Amino acid sequence: MPLTTTISSVPLRRASKALVPLFRQQRRSNSGAVEQPPPPEGHLPTVANSRLLRTKRDSALHTPGLSWADEDPSAPSRAIVGGRETRKMNTYQAIRDAMSIALAKDDNAVVFGEDVAFGGVFRDSLKSLASHDPARSLFVTINHLAHYIGKERVFNTPLTEQGIAGFGIGMALMGHTAIAEIQFADYIFPAFDQLVNEAAKIRYRSGGTYNVGGLTIRTPTMSVLELTHGHKIVIPRSPIQAKGLLLSSIRDPNPVIFMEPKILYRSAVEQVPIDDYELPLGKAEILVPGEDLTLLTWGTPVYHCETALHMLNSPAPELESVIPKSLQSAKIELIDLRSILPWDVHTIVESVNRTGRLVIVHEAGLTAGVGAEISAEVQKRCFLKLDAPVKRVAGWDLPNGLQYEKFHIPDAIRVLDAVVETLSY
Amino acid sequence: MQLLPVLDNVLYNVQRQGKISFYMTAHGEEATIVGSAAALANDDEVMGQYRELGVLLWRGFSLDNVMAQCLGNEEDTSGKGRQMPVHFGSPEHHFHTISSPLATQIPQAAGVGRCIGRRQVVSLSIRIAMDDAYAKNRPRANPLSMPDFHAGMMLASTIPSPTLFIARNNGFAISTPSSEQYNGDGIASRGPGYGIDTVRVDGNDVLAVMSAVREARRRCLEQGRAVLVEAMSYRVGHHSTSDDSFAYRPRAEVEDRKRIDNPIVRFRLFLEARGWWDADAEAELKASQKAAVMKAFKRSETLKLWELRHLFTDVYGGEEPWNLKEQRQELTGLLKKYGQIYEPWRKELAKFKDAGEDLMGKQ
Repeated sequence: MPLTTTISSVPLRRASKALVPLFRQQRRSNSGAVEQPPPPEGHLPTVANSRLLRTKRDSALHTPGLSWADEDPSAPSRAIVGGRETRKMNTYQAIRDAMSIALAKDDNAVVFGEDVAFGGVFRDSLKSLASHDPARSLFVTINHLAHYIGKERVFNTPLTEQGIAGFGIGMALMGHTAIAEIQFADYIFPAFDQLVNEAAKIRYRSGGTYNVGGLTIRTPTMSVLELTHGHKIVIPRSPIQAKGLLLSSIRDPNPVIFMEPKILYRSAVEQVPIDDYELPLGKAEILVPGEDLTLLTWGTPVYHCETALHMLNSPAPELESVIPKSLQSAKIELIDLRSILPWDVHTIVESVNRTGRLVIVHEAGLTAGVGAEISAEVQKRCFLKLDAPVKRVAGWDLPNGLQYEKFHIPDAIRVLDAVVETLSY
Repeated sequence: MQLLPVLDNVLYNVQRQGKISFYMTAHGEEATIVGSAAALANDDEVMGQYRELGVLLWRGFSLDNVMAQCLGNEEDTSGKGRQMPVHFGSPEHHFHTISSPLATQIPQAAGVGRCIGRRQVVSLSIRIAMDDAYAKNRPRANPLSMPDFHAGMMLASTIPSPTLFIARNNGFAISTPSSEQYNGDGIASRGPGYGIDTVRVDGNDVLAVMSAVREARRRCLEQGRAVLVEAMSYRVGHHSTSDDSFAYRPRAEVEDRKRIDNPIVRFRLFLEARGWWDADAEAELKASQKAAVMKAFKRSETLKLWELRHLFTDVYGGEEPWNLKEQRQELTGLLKKYGQIYEPWRKELAKFKDAGEDLMGKQ
């Protein structure tokens, strides 16, 4: 994987010298990736070279919480993971891989949505896939799937979001596994009536006689989120997470909205186990342990947070004035929430009780965002342990303005500032 | 076809007495509903709007089942007392649980039809709907004008799915007459636009409905494609028990419809002309049906509600999420504290099976 970075601002460019030793050390100790000369922009971690990504087979196979779905669940868990293969995949390829496994193993599974039959608008180019043999590998494009599995099971729908959701509900009502795609999360709102008034409530209102547990709605996202009760909401941060969480979502007995951070479709690359495995829903994951502050996020901002932590621990000279020396060695605990509903209150509360400080980062708007829910619950449960107010770093309460994006999203500098402010409260 | 109006009369009246919270009759549309039910196989999947109780009765849904749902008592298998009256459902009778939001079932029916096609089961889904808007805050909404109608027609046609859509065009969506619902030629004229075989039928002629639906069903199954039937009738009753329809239409018009074009009278005259029915048989049937309905109601009235813990069950399948568990425990604590000293709760708890003990004993 080439070491590239998108950081290009002048002050940060000058930061490269300070960060090189730290970066080298981390590459060696954490991923063992091949050493390369530093690029001129420096080595601040971004998605492309994040050490949170598992770029080696061995670390991929040791992903926490991973359970192989092809093993006998009653047998003792297999500690030896040798014999399992991985393959380099980006997020979209991992999602496709999960869907192909679901289709291959479940005759009642169908994949549908707008433009899915030709591979989906986020498909990888066919050229890069030419080397893969679809007959030998499950790693194929959706249009390969349509070809090999049949248009009966992988098909286009007309452009109608309420129709897609309603159609999926109908199939799930009959016990089928319906994997529907809404092309962008921004376009999920026409389907809200179907999702909120129908899918989420069918089990409850029918007294448990009907359910749509077989329904999974995939949708490329960030910044769009709404809550209701009766379905689950999941957001992965990387290819390994995407595949494992999607397979769990497809098999969960409840309707699941699976929100895929579209910026990570190609930018996040990992070695992904090619076998059938699952990751648990409703469970957060501690990515970096620490004891001074809990930094909680999900989806794309995981990487902004990672960058912010590097900036905190090894500030560029220009930033040293705003980061007190005493805070530069702070140990921050970074947590990926992964499941938005139901969310893992136990992991978060346990962490905040240890650290006494919490910063929540999300791209969606501040008011009535998920951060509000979490901070209210944390202040209730951790009142005596909190050393500072819970801080939320979120999108402003605004529509997304095209040219203003850099000042709208909760990027690394905003996260850094929130961490410093909370640590020095 | 005769039982439906008897049941409607009794339940309409008990609603007026405050014994159930809500009701919707099917007066004037018995031929459309029962005629289409008779033309289907009993295991054809049905997704309805709310005025299709006749389909369930045709399929043997018992009077006790009907009463249990309307009273929301411990025998309510449609929804454990969670939904408003007339929101029936029964997998055993292949009748999907009714929900209030209009037209949501139309694209769902396309999905159901698609599954059945894949499984090669000789069966199909049916959507009986198209009249009244239910939600008062959307006075101009009717299923035809809802985008879900468009979505459902389009999906069933393009994917394609053997789905039979049956529209009850009864002239009104609550107070809104059809002249304010559409300017085209009713619902049937839309079918060809979606590439769907379509027929319009006299919804007050039970034999015409049967024959149209039977043919529509045959085409559905043979071609594996959607078919649309529009049944023309007139909503003789009020929209619901929350509606006084004489505020927006003359009483004389309704009385004329009842007298001149009554689906039940029309079928009775047919039977009498064949020598299959007479006034004595009619009187006897009416009396026995009324007695059976009253008996079922009186029995149902004495039953308790489901256990209170079902307020919290069936939200999710699988493991109960922590938030629901904690909220259930919070209510339990409040019940222990106030259940016997706060009058509204004490009275209410007495209606439930176990009087809330199922929750309080579970701490």
